[in-house]
Order: sequence, then C-alpha cells, then structure tokens
Amino acid sequence: MNLLTGNDLKTGDVIWWAGHENWSLHVADAADAGDKGETILAREEEARRVNASYIVAAEMTDKGPMPLHIKERVRASGPTVRSDLAINTDISIVNV
Amino acid sequence: MYKYDQYDQAMVDARVEEFRDQTRRRLAGELTEDQFKPLRLMNGLYLQLHAYMLRVAIPYGTLNSEQMKMLGHIARKYDRGYGHFTTRQNIQYNWIKLEDAPDILADLATVEMHAIQTSGNCIRNISSDQFAGAAADEIADPRPWAELLRQWSSFHPEFSYLPRKFKIAVIASDEDRAAMRLHDIGIQLIHNDTGELGAKFFVGGGMGRTPMIGPEIRDFVPADELIHYAEACLRVYNRYGRRDNKYKARIKILVHELGTEEYTRQVEEEFAHMKTLGLNPPLAELARITEFFHDPAYDTRASDELDLTDPDFRIWVEQNTHPHKQAGYAIANISLKPTGGIPGDASADQIDLMADLAKQYSFDELRVTHAQNIVLPHVKKSDLYALWQKLDEAGLAPPNLDLISDMIACPGLDYCSLANARSIPVAQKIGERFADIGRQKELGELKLKISGCINACGHHHAGHIGILGVDRKGVENYQLSLGGSGAEDVSLAKITGPGFDEDGIVDAVEKVTDVYLRDRTDGERFVDTYRRIGMAPFKEALYG
Repeated sequence: MNLLTGNDLKTGDVIWWAGHENWSLHVADAADAGDKGETILAREEEARRVNASYIVAAEMTDKGPMPLHIKERVRASGPTVRSDLAINTDISIVNV
Repeated sequence: MYKYDQYDQAMVDARVEEFRDQTRRRLAGELTEDQFKPLRLMNGLYLQLHAYMLRVAIPYGTLNSEQMKMLGHIARKYDRGYGHFTTRQNIQYNWIKLEDAPDILADLATVEMHAIQTSGNCIRNISSDQFAGAAADEIADPRPWAELLRQWSSFHPEFSYLPRKFKIAVIASDEDRAAMRLHDIGIQLIHNDTGELGAKFFVGGGMGRTPMIGPEIRDFVPADELIHYAEACLRVYNRYGRRDNKYKARIKILVHELGTEEYTRQVEEEFAHMKTLGLNPPLAELARITEFFHDPAYDTRASDELDLTDPDFRIWVEQNTHPHKQAGYAIANISLKPTGGIPGDASADQIDLMADLAKQYSFDELRVTHAQNIVLPHVKKSDLYALWQKLDEAGLAPPNLDLISDMIACPGLDYCSLANARSIPVAQKIGERFADIGRQKELGELKLKISGCINACGHHHAGHIGILGVDRKGVENYQLSLGGSGAEDVSLAKITGPGFDEDGIVDAVEKVTDVYLRDRTDGERFVDTYRRIGMAPFKEALYG
C-alpha cells in the first residue's frame, strides 16, 4: 500500500493523508492512496494542506498502516529518544 | 565581546523584516515551496524529519549571558523547552513553527544574534578555539580575527553562491581545540621569525564522505593581508570548484584534484592581483575590533589555592577545568553529556542557569565548543566550588571532559532527514556501559564520535573511536573506525571491518578499549596505543 505524507505548512508537523481532504498526525489514520498518490499530492499541495509531500511504501499491520522504511517509522513515531515528545509511542522502529 | 555597530544592526533588522514578508507570502500561497525553500535556508530554517529546525549562529562560539538567556527564552516560548548545541558551535531548535520563525529572528536581533548563513552554499559561521582569550597557551586572542572574517564574509556578494558550503576556523595555539585542519580553510595565528603576528593557512580539509586533512599552503600571511589571502583562496575555488556534482563540489576536492602546489600557485597569482586592488581592511579596523575583546577586570590578587577535600569536586576540577592565562583563574567546562543523556542537549532551565552562572562567575561570558559542551572561560578559582555545586544540582557537572562518555553525536535519524541511522541511542548505550567514572578515568583521554550518515556531522572520521551509522537493507548498522584525531595530531580514522548492530557496536567499543588497556604502555592514550600497535590486535579482538 502507498501512504501520503508531508509536513503541515504552518507548524511543520508530520502529517499523513487520511482520505479526501483530511490529514492526520497519526499514521494509524492514514489511507491507502493506491496509484493515485501523485494526483492527490498535487491537489493537496496546491491547496496548502500539506508541504514537502511524497509517497511512502507501507504495509497493513495489526496496529494499522505502517511504513516499510525505518526513516518513515521514526517520522511516524517521533524521536525514539524522547518519548515525552513522541506522537505514536507504540510504533516499533526496528523492521517489521 | 564584539558589539554591533549601526550597520550590523541595520543589516540584521532589515533581514528580519524581509523574511517576515517572505514567510507571509509563503503562508498566503504567493510563493511555492520551491520558491520559498532557498529563502528560508538563507535564514537557517530547515525542514527536518519531524518539523522545521532553526539553526542559530553563535559567532566563534562566543556569547554573553543576555544572549544565552535569549536562547533559553526561544527554547521555552517557541520550541519544546530545549535546544541542541552543535559541532559548529551553534544551537539548533527542532520544533519550530514557520509562523513563529520571523518573531524568533526578531527576538534574536534584539540581542545581536541571527541565523543568517547557517545554511546554504556560503561561508558559514566562523569557528574558533573555545578557550580563546583565556588559554595560557595562545599567542594572541583569535576572536578579533574571527570577527573580522565574520564581517567580511557576511552577505559577501561574491561568495553567496559558492559551489558548496564553506567553513573557516581560526586558532592561535599549537594545541588545536577547534579541528582546524578539518575545515575548508584553517587559519593558525603565529609569529614569524621577526616576531610579527600573522597567520598560517591550511586549505582543503574537511570530513563528509571524502575526509581530508587540509594541507598547509602558506606559512605566513601578514596581518594586514589576511582578508586578501582568504579572498584569493575563495576566488580560485569559486572559479574552478565543481558545480556539476555536489559530492565533488567542496574545496577539498579541488585542492586534491589540482594538487596542493598548483592550487597554491593559483592562489598566489590571485593574491598578487588582489593586492593591487587595495580592498584589504586596514589594520586600524582590526585594532578597532580588538578593542571589544580586551581582558576582563581580573582580580590580580586572586589566589591559586583550592580546597579539594570534597572528592567529587576534586574529580570535577581535575577533569573539567583548564589552565587560565591569569593567575587565580580557571577555565570551567560544563559537560552536556550526562550518563544516558543526549549529547549537546540542554533544557531552557539549564540554559538560563548557565547564563546566570556566567554573569555571576565568568565576567558575563560563555563559549560553545565543537564537542557540544559549554565553557565559562574566566572563573576565579575561589569561586569554583560554589559554581560546581550549582552545576551539580542542575545535572550540569558530569566530570567527564575528554573521556569516553564525552561523546560527540549528531542528531542522527531521531531528528535529521539526511541520516541513515540513529546516533543518540548508541551514544546513550555507550555512556551507560561506561558510566563508572573511575573506569572512564582509567581509560583516559578518549574521543568517541558518532555520525548517523556519511555527511559526518558527528566527526566520526576524527574520533579516536569513530562510529558511522549506515542503512544496510533497511536495517541500522554501525561501522567502527579507529585512530582519528581532530586535534594538533590530526589524523583520519580507519574502518575496522564489517559493521555491527546497535547492541553489537557497544560491545565492540568495549572490546577495543580492552585491547588498549591490555597493550598500552605508561602514559599512552588510546590513540597513541593504536598508532603504535596498529589495527591488527583490535581486529583480532573484534572479529577473532
């Protein structure tokens, strides 16, 4: 599955496309963009609902959608060394 | 310390307002990200792994209490209560909101600070010896020279779009505390045979994916020709540095490909031309700047006596203070490397405290070191005990300067979008493994440096022990290297062999320290033993 991610323009927060015109801080809310990722991102960037966006390869797990690459899992979780600043503390950083 | 004149302040204030308008236009959709990105980067604002990151310049690592207080204020008001001191003697904030960035820059400008030229292919913050103006072994204070270079390089129209970023360091002692030979230009102040003060130039050093030690290209440049000579070095680079490949665009590649002799010939030719233009600032300007860096009003009756009956205080004094040029004073190092902590991080409260202590005990001055620590440069020895007690209460007195737990570590994959692996958890695990201070002192001086990618912000090439995090098929893997140094005995570390996983690298570090303890002779540091016995015994211990 393909997830869409980027940063909120104003705050810089990592956000995940959750379908339609919705974006979420939580990767668990992310929707599969299938093969429509580039089209959706062009529309969402134009509307300034996301900044510096791109497509991320992912798989469905028992915790919901999960990026395949470690870098994207760290983006989804927050810094692994500051649990007080983490967004999603239950994400496993090591390979799934 | 240098004080802005009307031109400095006007330039910084104008830049704040310019960026405020650029940010407004971006938020309003009048600028695309492609248009806005180079503008925000010119003001030190990156988009990192989790959020915008702002890198604030601390010129040659020197700041006063008011400026340090402002750094704490920004951490508290605009970030998440902490800042990260970097290997470029700067500070980074990891959680900045774009809409706040102009206000942050405006706040910084009120204390003569900014984030200009902390990114982009320009001349970056000039770095220097953190003990400048206080060290017993320096021949002159390098800060006036660094300030002169700062003024020359700020908004320099010819050098705003270099082939790549450009880093300059200035030192004034034989002991190199600034990794000078690993800069694009390294400048060492020296006296020539007739006692005249000038500078020795090294060009083409650097770390990154192609580490190189800068060769000496001029053994003496007179003081009144320093800017001309630096300009000649830059002009040759700007003309011939590669712009077709960013991985080959640093000056070290040009110097290497041309050869030191040919590069030097071209610099000398350009230098001769530069001298006909008469653009070098007069010595009077250096003298004007130097006036800002006069010695503080030392108590000339201050005693060298110290009561070391408190054993914890004694350990801290032995490890974290350095000789001062003024009798009765010491240079106090504040380690930002507590056991299990994040190297270089300080909370807003800790930043405030260090500012207050600098005001109370160090003539209102602080320094940031490339090893991600803080220095109070002028502390009366009779005040050291009171200072230590206050630092200790705030978790700022680990007595580990230059020991194995005083690690340099880049932010790594926990924060940096360029990183391939996490650095901080490895630093934490090594710190915990070697937590016993007696064990650390037994190992002696040991510079351990960790980078989370080949860009080498964590200086792993210059570590007695270096660790490089790589991505091996989606899994973090750590390469171990030995024998590097960023000091006056500069050398580049060599890789031991196949890498290790996160726990394996901690075991590997312990194994190489065991080899050192087994094979060292009296007085040898880890790196000395490595240089004497070579890689083989270490490889044997690691890979059997």
